[in-house]
Amino acid sequence: MEAMEVDSVFYTDRSGRVTSNPLLDQLPSYQSLLYRRKSSTGGTKRRSSTRARLSSSGSGKWGVNTVNRLEEKQKGQTEQRPIRELAKTMAEKRRDKTQRLVEARELSSWRQWRQSTRRNLRRLKDDAQEWLSSLQLWRGDIHLIEGMFGTGILSYFSFLRFLVMLNMIIFLLMFSFVMLPIIMAPYSSGNTTYNQNDGSICSVYPSSARRGLVIFHEHITDLLSGGGFLEQTYLFYGYYKVDKIHFPSITYNLPLAYLLATVAYLFLSLIWIVKRSATGFKRNLVQDEDRFQSFCNKIFAGWDFCITNENAARLKRSSLLYELKTDLEEERIKQKIKDRTRKEKCRIYVIRLILNLFVIAVLAGCFYSIYVATVFSQEAQMNNTKVNFIVDLINEYLPSIVITLANFITPLLFSVIINYEDYSPAFEIRFTLMRCVFMRLTSIGVLLFSLWSQITKCKEEPCVCGYNHVLYSCWETRVGQEMYKLTVFDFIIIVAVTIFVEFPRKLIVKYCECGLAKWWGQQEFAIPQNVLEIVYGQTICWIGTFYCPMLPAICTIKYFFIFYIKKVSLMNNCRPATRPFRASSSNFFFLGVLLIGLALACLPVIVSVAQINCSQACGPFVNYTTSWEVLPTTVAQLPDGVRTLLFALSSEAFAVSFFVFTCLAMFYVIALAGAHKRVINQLRDQLAMEGRDKRFLIQKLCQAQRLSAIKSPASKSQPRSSRSSPCYHTSFSNNFNEAVFLAHPPPDSSTHV
Amino acid sequence: MGNKQTTFTEEQLEAYQDCTFFTRKEILRLHGRYRELAPHLVPLDYTNNPDIRVPLTLIVTMPELKENPFRDRIVETFSEDGQGNLSFNDFVDMFSALCETSPRELKTIYAFKIYDFNRDNFICKQDLEKTVNKLTKGELSPEEVTLVCDKAIEEADLDGDSKLSFSDFENMISKAPDFLSNFHVRI
Repeated sequence: MEAMEVDSVFYTDRSGRVTSNPLLDQLPSYQSLLYRRKSSTGGTKRRSSTRARLSSSGSGKWGVNTVNRLEEKQKGQTEQRPIRELAKTMAEKRRDKTQRLVEARELSSWRQWRQSTRRNLRRLKDDAQEWLSSLQLWRGDIHLIEGMFGTGILSYFSFLRFLVMLNMIIFLLMFSFVMLPIIMAPYSSGNTTYNQNDGSICSVYPSSARRGLVIFHEHITDLLSGGGFLEQTYLFYGYYKVDKIHFPSITYNLPLAYLLATVAYLFLSLIWIVKRSATGFKRNLVQDEDRFQSFCNKIFAGWDFCITNENAARLKRSSLLYELKTDLEEERIKQKIKDRTRKEKCRIYVIRLILNLFVIAVLAGCFYSIYVATVFSQEAQMNNTKVNFIVDLINEYLPSIVITLANFITPLLFSVIINYEDYSPAFEIRFTLMRCVFMRLTSIGVLLFSLWSQITKCKEEPCVCGYNHVLYSCWETRVGQEMYKLTVFDFIIIVAVTIFVEFPRKLIVKYCECGLAKWWGQQEFAIPQNVLEIVYGQTICWIGTFYCPMLPAICTIKYFFIFYIKKVSLMNNCRPATRPFRASSSNFFFLGVLLIGLALACLPVIVSVAQINCSQACGPFVNYTTSWEVLPTTVAQLPDGVRTLLFALSSEAFAVSFFVFTCLAMFYVIALAGAHKRVINQLRDQLAMEGRDKRFLIQKLCQAQRLSAIKSPASKSQPRSSRSSPCYHTSFSNNFNEAVFLAHPPPDSSTHV
Repeated sequence: MGNKQTTFTEEQLEAYQDCTFFTRKEILRLHGRYRELAPHLVPLDYTNNPDIRVPLTLIVTMPELKENPFRDRIVETFSEDGQGNLSFNDFVDMFSALCETSPRELKTIYAFKIYDFNRDNFICKQDLEKTVNKLTKGELSPEEVTLVCDKAIEEADLDGDSKLSFSDFENMISKAPDFLSNFHVRI
């Protein structure tokens, strides 16, 4: 170690430990590091003796004043913070507490009471929070997963838990407003009026119950396809033929309740998801400079302190290593992109165009095959010729099979194509993911579109009843059955893939030494694909709840089992992904995709409620043309005042002015954000400039000291109070180290600086 | 609930509850864990505040800290003598500062102290290099380590002195989305 480093501000002594320039220690900014940060909870604090030492040996008027002012400010600010949030040792915190108690006794009794109430409330809140979190579902399991695999995979499982809760709440909503009144009616002397069968051709509803001797496997078919004995149950829309229930005190309008419950559950989902994603989104929005900080993030916030398992630690280390190497690689690629010639750019753009066209063609092909499969399946069900148990099932499930196949092949295709498009690695991942999301969610849309085209296509245009009553006497139930089949099939596939693909893969990799095992490798828990799977299921649930009110309950049970299946698969088969998924962006990604799914789910529901004529043969809306008509009819029956208010709220004048107001608010917020960004940049430049000023001044000061030390070698060490100028905390003497006055001892081995 | 225990007086438990983020049950559990590390050293009865310190070598064998590359630095930061010997107060303080409910500002302060290997209140290049080496256990080549450290300082240094002061660090951490979820130890 050299004796002195050539740094005019910092010196290293012989032991190599950096002793900072004593001048720097006396700067006010450094003093505030010792005591407090102005906006955060607490800085560090020495023993109280230091404070005494400082104030008594303050070298100049200015020094003492600054210290006193700082003390007062600190005291004022510490008052509000609870003790446990201060960065001090336990002994100091205890001293603080007794000091506060002493001070509290000096306060008036009102303040005392207020403080003690606040403290008790805080303790109560802590206990309540602890009790609530102990009630949380799967707390122990998730804790275990976090310890073994880190926070990325943890976020997947807590997302799953969130969906279980969401579905349960939606089911409770539908149950209590739609099913419960019907069930309760006979017990609370309610008189139910049913929708009349007025004899027109539209209200013919042939029974689909099986007659005669029913073979056992037909029950299985019915269970899996939602037909047969399941069709006329609470499961499907068609069973709710109730019009009004006359209870002793009120009349319960079931169609209105059904419609409003649908709207309510969509709104509830939206609000809950937005609330959950608010924190992550805010951070992502405000700090878009995150990509400029990728190295710091990995070094300082990269290691997951929760990891307790040796394997997991090893894997985390290798994943961090991989991330750092990828980042370095990305820097190199950025440089390469900058150096691209014109000719190369043209070539790349042409390749990208061709590949994107290819992707669009593949997507179009998949969508067309889904359409054809749906049409074929519907026609096969209509013909009702029973060929064979297996073939029947396949006909029923054909759309689901095609969708699953498409969703299996396309991600593989996309990940191969992206390699040729020559993007930066981070963008590659995001782009492939976007394509997969689009594929998954649009396939449901295509299925619904093909169903809709079947339903509204009649032999003679226009349809007599507004829909094809010959083939679809109760079309809502048919749509509900399709959604039910999709859900069931999805669950079967997840279970089947886990049992028949992942377990054998693990066995092969573990026990077989052939090349196939090496190439295939152990299963990775691919978070994005798993998330897309459950978002797909949830979108189906949202669409299907209107047609199949018990679908949320089925989905709750489905996700409940999926949690355990995935957990077992994770523990036994998987290793964490080499491409790590950051916890924060994961949460944002999950909830973002879920929101897209919700938006997509709202569309079919809105179209079918407002556009397509509801069935005349079944369901609660028989007396209305479309399901939406319930609302205007009810509003017309309301008292005058409420009616005018509602009309005013839905008039164009109100809508236009509301829209204009929202636009203005948005523009204001955007302008504000832009102004803040500019100010931040200016302040940052100023900060850099100030830093340079500081170092320059200190250099000059040290030079001046050295000169004066050389000039007056004979003078001995002066007393330690300031002499000539009150501005410097120095006295001029020969020995450099003693000449510069130390406000406090240099950093020693004590940790609390 | 805690009436049968004789480890702490009521006063002590209340003080702990106010000075840390733990409840009474958790404090007692922590005492059990502390005692497990050195049963012959740590008494069961803490009512008279015995001055016992468990050495660093025993503390880093705890499962929560065993796999952490910064375990030595963490324990040193919270010890009063700077050598890593923790009294029970320091032990509880450490896990309280690192627990889930601890606020971001507190964690930032302690993170800065942990990463400041030479304790000069700046995270200089050498501190960074030590951090990176601990994280990757020597898998990166020295040039890559230097490059990574240079880039990190470039990203976070605001006042241009090519080292990170606490305000630089605080500013950088406030923009790190994973910090709060990663920088916590479950006990």
